[in-house]
Amino acid sequence: MSTTSPARQDTPREEPAARWVPRVAALTALLVLWTIVYAGLQPAAEWIVHQLPLDADAPVGRALAFFLYDTPKVLMLLTLVVFAMGVVRSFFSPDRTRALLAGRRQGLGNIVAAGLGVFTPFCSCSAVPLFVGFVSAGVPLGVTFSFLIAAPMVNEVALGLLWALLGWRVALAYLGFGLLIAIVAGLVIGRLRLEHWLEPWVRDLRVAPAAIDAPAPTFAERIDAGTEAVRDIVGRVWPWVIAGIAVGAGIHGWVPEHLLAAIMGRDAWWSVPAAVAIGIPMYSNAAGIVPVVEALLGKGAALGTTLAFMMSVIALSAPELVILRKVLTVRLIAVFVGVVGTGILAVGYLFNALFG
Amino acid sequence: MKDVKVLGPGCKRCVATAEMVQHEADRLGIPVTVAKVTDMAAIAGYGIAATPGIVIDGKVVHAGGLPKAEDVARWLAA
Repeated sequence: MSTTSPARQDTPREEPAARWVPRVAALTALLVLWTIVYAGLQPAAEWIVHQLPLDADAPVGRALAFFLYDTPKVLMLLTLVVFAMGVVRSFFSPDRTRALLAGRRQGLGNIVAAGLGVFTPFCSCSAVPLFVGFVSAGVPLGVTFSFLIAAPMVNEVALGLLWALLGWRVALAYLGFGLLIAIVAGLVIGRLRLEHWLEPWVRDLRVAPAAIDAPAPTFAERIDAGTEAVRDIVGRVWPWVIAGIAVGAGIHGWVPEHLLAAIMGRDAWWSVPAAVAIGIPMYSNAAGIVPVVEALLGKGAALGTTLAFMMSVIALSAPELVILRKVLTVRLIAVFVGVVGTGILAVGYLFNALFG
Repeated sequence: MKDVKVLGPGCKRCVATAEMVQHEADRLGIPVTVAKVTDMAAIAGYGIAATPGIVIDGKVVHAGGLPKAEDVARWLAA
């Protein structure tokens, strides 16, 4: 094993100006260009639709205008949010988050865990090593769950798309209530003291966290992390965004107004539990689902109902539960689904009341 | 002969990491054996919280995300 393991270096290394100046210059230029293009999107979309030999007020005209304006708008806002989040995430790592959470008590620990869940780089294929790594290093079970619920649910793609399509108020509300669900669900699971429902090999594992000598990233490397996040995430989700907007455009153009008011409106009390029940087994990402949600809202669906559907699709998915089965017993998975599902249900009703 | 273990449940990044290690070792002419560790209990035993992880001669040098090629070369040469 290692004989010398110097503490993680927190001060940035000296970095020559030649490394970061070109990056900052390129970023500034891109941001100016971004602003100009963004401002021109609406007029450009309208102009294109008017050039075409079709009625701008007919369903096909409305659908096309929606598609032409929303696709570039959503992709541009998404790129901005993903870049910013990529830079912010370079300040966090699962190892540091674990060190911050180890030995924390319930309560404050759950709040910190949910907050760190938003900013710590996380991929669902890492969920099991992360879970085991946290629990075996002494992070309480409830605190671990707060992290594990917040990390996939409150992600930059969901926030970016909600902001782009439904406005910053809804995006902020999603962020706030997503964190609240993660905190409360973690607290409840912690209080229930279900450690004995972990798979035995996980429960009995006690491992000292590995000491890894990784120097803190430099400023230029943080900018590169943002660029890399855009390449990775936007590069992966753009077909979903376009498919989602195409479906949304179809709904905008052809589905009659108020058609959905009866089944997904706020007066149909049973629609929230129905949305959660349908959403849990479904597996999609926010990129495909937010544009559809936005279109449904225009046809009389209630915001709380559609958001509850979206949260249950993202936070609770069948493939993730199958992965977690490696470390959790079926009973603990059932509690996890039950607690988080109840939280989403409550948020659905609350949103319907607030934004109705 | 350096003994390299790539820790990960078999996701795309874990495969890419193992390939990168082999590639860098070949490029630098460093003899290595690259083994993939996919068993969750074994991975957890190394004390990492994110995958893919890289262990060289028993020492954890990396955990979480695709490493940079230059870093892999530095770890192999050390």
